[in-house]
Amino acid sequence: MTEVIALETKTEMSIQNTKKILEKYPKDKRYTLAILQDIQRNYDYIPKEAIWEVSNYIESPLSEVYTIATFYKALSLKPKGKYVIKVCNGTACHIRGSDKVLDAIKSSLNIQPGETSEDGLFSIEIVNCVGACALAPVMVINDKYYGNMTKDKVHQVLDEIRRSQNE
Amino acid sequence: MSSQRQILVCCGTGCLANNSYEVYLKFKDLISNKEIQIKPIIKPTGCNGLCEKGPVVKILPDNISYFKVKAEDVEEIIEETIVKGKIIDRLLYFDTNTKNKITDHKNATFYKNQHKIAIRNIGEIDPSKIEDYIERDGYAALKKVLFTMKPEEVLEQVDKSNLRGRGGGGFPTGLKWKTCAKYNHYPKYVICNGDEGDPGAFMDRSIMEGDPNTVIEGMIICAYAIGANQGYLYIRDEYELARKNMQIAINSAREYGYLGKNILGRGLNFDLEIVRGGGAFVCGESSALMASIQGKVGEPRAKYIRSVERGLWDQPTILNNVETWANIPPIISYGPDWFKEIGIKNNFGTKVFSLVGKVKNTGLVEVPMGSSLRSLVFEIGGGVIKDKKFKAVQTGGPSGGCIPKEHLDISLDFDSLNEIGSMMGSGGVIVMDENTCMVEVARYYMEFLSEESCGKCTTCREGIKLMLDILTNITKGNGKEEDLDLLLGICDTVEKGSLCGLGQTAPNPVRTTIKFFRDEYLEHINNHKCPAGVCKNLTSYQINSEACIGCGICKKKCPVDAITGENKKLHVIHQDICITCGECYENCPTNAIEIGGGIFES
Repeated sequence: MTEVIALETKTEMSIQNTKKILEKYPKDKRYTLAILQDIQRNYDYIPKEAIWEVSNYIESPLSEVYTIATFYKALSLKPKGKYVIKVCNGTACHIRGSDKVLDAIKSSLNIQPGETSEDGLFSIEIVNCVGACALAPVMVINDKYYGNMTKDKVHQVLDEIRRSQNE
Repeated sequence: MSSQRQILVCCGTGCLANNSYEVYLKFKDLISNKEIQIKPIIKPTGCNGLCEKGPVVKILPDNISYFKVKAEDVEEIIEETIVKGKIIDRLLYFDTNTKNKITDHKNATFYKNQHKIAIRNIGEIDPSKIEDYIERDGYAALKKVLFTMKPEEVLEQVDKSNLRGRGGGGFPTGLKWKTCAKYNHYPKYVICNGDEGDPGAFMDRSIMEGDPNTVIEGMIICAYAIGANQGYLYIRDEYELARKNMQIAINSAREYGYLGKNILGRGLNFDLEIVRGGGAFVCGESSALMASIQGKVGEPRAKYIRSVERGLWDQPTILNNVETWANIPPIISYGPDWFKEIGIKNNFGTKVFSLVGKVKNTGLVEVPMGSSLRSLVFEIGGGVIKDKKFKAVQTGGPSGGCIPKEHLDISLDFDSLNEIGSMMGSGGVIVMDENTCMVEVARYYMEFLSEESCGKCTTCREGIKLMLDILTNITKGNGKEEDLDLLLGICDTVEKGSLCGLGQTAPNPVRTTIKFFRDEYLEHINNHKCPAGVCKNLTSYQINSEACIGCGICKKKCPVDAITGENKKLHVIHQDICITCGECYENCPTNAIEIGGGIFES
């Protein structure tokens, strides 16, 4: 029961916040992607209700907004963890062993790329090149870059984050 | 001013990852609290290129460069170098080519052989200060254009320079501008393609982060030449710092009257807006990018009508890549003849390459067109990491191909690279060594492209997927010799049947690896062996009994305890336990671990 209430409050909140984001933009189809990116930034994903809201606001069919929300990789329909770990698999990282970095993260968190850990703390994503090739292999956690990654460094970084959570 | 020292702290993405911002803040903090007669100016700059050795700190006018600087070193730098004028030896750059320590980084082999045009200001200025750019002749080209030249003259100058688009295709920029200028339906648009997506390339990012004003200046000059009033900068979603610095530059340019209404009182109206990309590789393609700006899904269209005639919102549009825009102001300032003295025929000027992969000095370099691949990899790059055997270089991202050692003397220009079946692309140069599997590299690119194909053309959507399946089979040991002809057949279909560059060039990685590394494919197929030791099913490790010194490092490193052996005696890998992770191979001090074929059948 509490869960249902929590969900409703969340929906309520999400509509409110979405409205605030929408008001920043003119009612023009041109801004669909920008609006969705702001929503993504606000919630770490695109809530279902938000797609309705955007569609109503810019007077564009729901299907079109949905197409954009699923076409662009920057947008996600699934909630993500508090810390999104992006493992770079650009060519430079790939040939310098990004698979080993990914293996270390997977084994430490017990989740697969695209999934979120049960405690909602971590998500893993594989991305194609973050443009820091000179430091390959690279991983990015919430916009912080970690270069020249090794198995040991992965564990070190994840442990640090876990510790900071417990404090 | 001249006597005042400057401390330049590199705050490009690479150095930031190594905590250069802390170094910058520490300098600020310590200098402000210290009594020094003339306080130095401390500036955060863009990328210095040699990201691997970062954070980089440069002290002017002394021309002292320090590498791998940590926050802990700052106090010592101030005490020793700033106050006493002494050089701190351990922070100097070690040139792997000459085996010397170098005080001024410009004398290092990595920098000495470069010729900087597009990245001329990066690392020298604070990108958030338009004044820094102006001090280095910034916006002088714009003034020259607005006060002394007619639009036709600008078109003529750019055309005469023979500048070719740095985004990959190498289309003549002047011709593009001239064609667009001819159309008389307004409004017209100017776009900067900053959706750098090629894995292994980051020059556009560095330019936008480190010298945003040069891009803006180039775009205003184009707007004047073709008669446009609005421009867009389409910047990749991941490039947060690039967007931030670009926005600061736009705001400052407006304040200085370089953007907006009646620019410098000369009647030109032009303004810029940043559009954030959505994270789709295909949006680097011009027509897909324009669709994305219009708020649609980024799908390319057939281009029987070029975008110079009908581009953004069906209006005449000029779209150029970041690096191309950065070349415009110097061409206008110094003239096309100056530009044509650099580079080689039909490929004038320079090109910025991102030299990455298994190479000692990784980073951004700008060299004249026509430089040899060998000089790039072995002189500037310092050769292969751990002096392993060089195998190939991959250029042009997923649209490019792999160039083997037999062709190391190839000239780096648009035409030579096309001829060999590769491509300039945006300038990624990825060095591969004996431990890179070329079949796996081809598979990697097909995986990349199958994810990034927008799905509009059947040949691209299905063909790439099919190639990926076949290549995956080969890397798993289930390949057949006929697969190679089948792959080449699919290559032709995908190339001919796809609308945009993504599909048309997708076969390049497959074709070039089959052409130059057929033997490696056949080893996988016939002998179930991956000579590079990358494909796990086709790899096993053995210890050479003569080379093993029994140090036990491999035993310690093995994550599954598959290695046994007594101290100072021969060690053995137990194949039934080994997971072929390669840890022992990487860490053996005497290279006693040898790569064998797959043993999955036995």
